[in-house]
Amino acid sequence: MATDPIQQFQIIKLLPLEVAGFDVSFTNSALFMVATVALSSAFLIFSTSGRGLIPGRAQSVSEIAYEFIAGLLRQSAGSEGMKFFPLVFSLFVFILIANLFGMFPYFFTITSHIIITVALAMLVIGTVIIYGFWRNGLGFLKLFVPGGVSPILAAVIVPIEVLSFISRPLSLSVRLFANMLAGHIILKVFAGFVVALSGMGFVGIFASVLPLAFTVALTALEFLVAFLQAYVFAVLTCMYLNDAIHPSH
Amino acid sequence: MAATKEQETGTNSEVGTPGGQEGGGVFPPFDSSTFASQLLWLAITFGLFYYLMSKVVLPRISDILEVRSDRIAQDIEEANRLKQESDEAIAAYEQELAEAKSKAHAIATEASDKAKAEAENYRQKVEAELSAKLATAEDKIAEIKQAALSEVGSIAEDTAAVMVNELLGGKVSKADVTAAVKQAGRS
Repeated sequence: MATDPIQQFQIIKLLPLEVAGFDVSFTNSALFMVATVALSSAFLIFSTSGRGLIPGRAQSVSEIAYEFIAGLLRQSAGSEGMKFFPLVFSLFVFILIANLFGMFPYFFTITSHIIITVALAMLVIGTVIIYGFWRNGLGFLKLFVPGGVSPILAAVIVPIEVLSFISRPLSLSVRLFANMLAGHIILKVFAGFVVALSGMGFVGIFASVLPLAFTVALTALEFLVAFLQAYVFAVLTCMYLNDAIHPSH
Repeated sequence: MAATKEQETGTNSEVGTPGGQEGGGVFPPFDSSTFASQLLWLAITFGLFYYLMSKVVLPRISDILEVRSDRIAQDIEEANRLKQESDEAIAAYEQELAEAKSKAHAIATEASDKAKAEAENYRQKVEAELSAKLATAEDKIAEIKQAALSEVGSIAEDTAAVMVNELLGGKVSKADVTAAVKQAGRS
């Protein structure tokens, strides 16, 4: 049971709850969502509470995160995109801390469940669609028609553009989900090899060095992926928001 | 779907799932029975997080950064002002220095002119005194010379008388010698 690589994704009810026929129990997933939010909020609030003119270490980290995301958003969506700054910042920090929480052994990775990544992706695309129509009216549909294209060519391009727009939430959610899921499964499988091989006597102990080295390397890689996926999610969010603000290509 | 679920439950029974949960045999991320709970708790936690970020944390960090950049701008302005002040002070100092130099030069010239004039006066005075003394001395010399010359006659007479007496054996009177000397001195 300990070597089952899927078991780590199991949702466990900690506090059974049912509202209007829906099972909304407080689960290990919910626990780690609360932990993620509590840890990152507490850090960001307490590190900046001193409002130091010269920042300390903790305040520097908060400021760097702020300036990193602010720079990202301003670069891709312009200064008008800054009204979405709280959204992009929250998404980035939430995903990053959730991914990093998942790196602890026995901890639950909330972003390894597709419903979470789909919900976050739909939040982004929903914001893009609603804001796009609210700001540009039907002009938002120009997103699907590149400027200066002949009507015949447009007949081909428009369906492609529509399809690419529809595939955005899909790719946004599946990318994060699949990366976290696959990374944790591989890590677990290789770690399982170490245990299995070392139980096979003298030769097995020598052979288990290889999967152990893999596990160490993969752990480093997974930390990179944890950051990278949060970053990619934030970058793509910025780009999609830019489409909502400036729909004409 | 129900059939596959049952089938998977069957294949996974040897691994076993903790708690004997409903649909426990399904690959957990695709177990739709947990979706409602996850969505609700995501909405609660992420909503709270978004609220905290947009109302507390981000305005605060933005404040901190703004105050800092204001402070830096203010400090730079202050530094520029101080620099300008010091430049002005340097310019004023240099001007005063130049003035003082020219003044000092004027004083020095005046003093040296005055000293030269005084020296000249003194020199003339001394020269006048000296020439007066010279004149006195010359008069005295002339007097002495006169006196000496008048005595030269008697010396010559005495000398001549002595010489004649030695040569001739004392047969010449003093009056003759005096007359002869006077004659010789005349010629």
